[in-house]
Amino acid sequence: MLSPGLLLLADSRLPAGGHAHSGGAERVIAAGAVHDVPSLERFLRGRLHTAGVPAAALAAAARAAAVDESPGWELLDEEADARTASPAQRAASRTQGRLLLRVARRVWPAEALEELARRTPSPHHPVALGVAAYAAGATAGEAALAAAYHAVSGPATAAVRLLGLDPVAVHALLAALGPDLAAVAERAHPPGPHPPGSRPPGSWAELPACSAPALDLLAEQHARAEVRLFVS
Amino acid sequence: MGARHDDHHHAPDGHGRALRLGVGGPVGSGKTALVAALCRTLGPDLSLGVVTNDIYTTEDADFLRRAGVLDPERILAVETGCCPHTAIRDDIAANLDAVETLEDRFGPLDLVIVESGGDNLTATFSRGLADRQIFVLDVSGGDKVPRKGGPGVTTADLLVINKTDLAPMVGADLGVMDRDAAAVRGERPVLFTSIREQPSAGAVASWVSDQVTAWSHTHATPAS
Repeated sequence: MLSPGLLLLADSRLPAGGHAHSGGAERVIAAGAVHDVPSLERFLRGRLHTAGVPAAALAAAARAAAVDESPGWELLDEEADARTASPAQRAASRTQGRLLLRVARRVWPAEALEELARRTPSPHHPVALGVAAYAAGATAGEAALAAAYHAVSGPATAAVRLLGLDPVAVHALLAALGPDLAAVAERAHPPGPHPPGSRPPGSWAELPACSAPALDLLAEQHARAEVRLFVS
Repeated sequence: MGARHDDHHHAPDGHGRALRLGVGGPVGSGKTALVAALCRTLGPDLSLGVVTNDIYTTEDADFLRRAGVLDPERILAVETGCCPHTAIRDDIAANLDAVETLEDRFGPLDLVIVESGGDNLTATFSRGLADRQIFVLDVSGGDKVPRKGGPGVTTADLLVINKTDLAPMVGADLGVMDRDAAAVRGERPVLFTSIREQPSAGAVASWVSDQVTAWSHTHATPAS
């Protein structure tokens, strides 16, 4: 059965600061490249298959490693840094990770979350999400799915606010991305011979490292913008 | 960013930390001017921090820093993604993070003021963020506003009605505002101010000072 914890983690109402991040949407809208539902669809699809892929893989890896007593979070933190070229995106990821960790420690108290907080008080968001998924009783595949969904749900909501798009049309768009979300999550954590909860084969260095230079540039432009509504 | 090694979260019941005061109210009512006045008047005696929630980037924080009423490093700005009320009521994570950052850097503090972004009459602070809250109206919004009520007007610990100097010019009847506010607020206090004419906001500062004293008596650091 689907884990109820996953529903809480994926809910945009989770009070972990996500509402103030647009994932590059505010800047791409300011530039005019996203201006309606079809252009938003292209942006979200691109974001999911670039930034969303390593995010899902990091979340699944963190969820799988959270069963260990000393998973070595500093190393996974470095792997996440290496996959995040833009300093502004690193800062946004760490801010969202720190806020999620704060919420998770109160909602699902667990030694695994305390260990993460001791090692990396401001973890990257996908890592915090993976360990929170463990504490919430969700699987690695579910953690990957939540990370993939997070890669598109925040920007979609930001576009509704900034462009006044029909929210139902935007939700239809998110629904149409369903197969892509499942594919990204499955790639991050292939259903396989490993028993649930154990580490998938392979090392952290082999996690996918897709990049999106346009998203990196948008993030840097946004951080330097005179006027902005969203943090990122 | 990077790792913060002094990761101490305060107990949810508030023992051992500063009083957190929310200042909310509609756009242009004088929230930032009131915060500046409180810093000016209380700063000499209390250790303060301020968090601003701007609609556009860091305008209010910049105003306060320029006003020179507080060490600029003690003022942090939170961005709210088009939804100022969400950041103080439904998802307070970024504001709590800012408050705790100030306490980590400059603590122990006596008072942390969280100023909301300008919003409407339905905006209130979560009790998870603010221990006490002030709602600021101004007379130029019309003397019917207190009667219209809303959670800010009816439930705030203190209602401040600012810009009384403009009342004759906009035809606002302060007596009507006082009577209507009392009708919806019961025993909770209402103060009339003109921060332009009295930049110390003495009566409001005195109320805040009393709250800080009471808080420090009931929420002292537990002996360990």
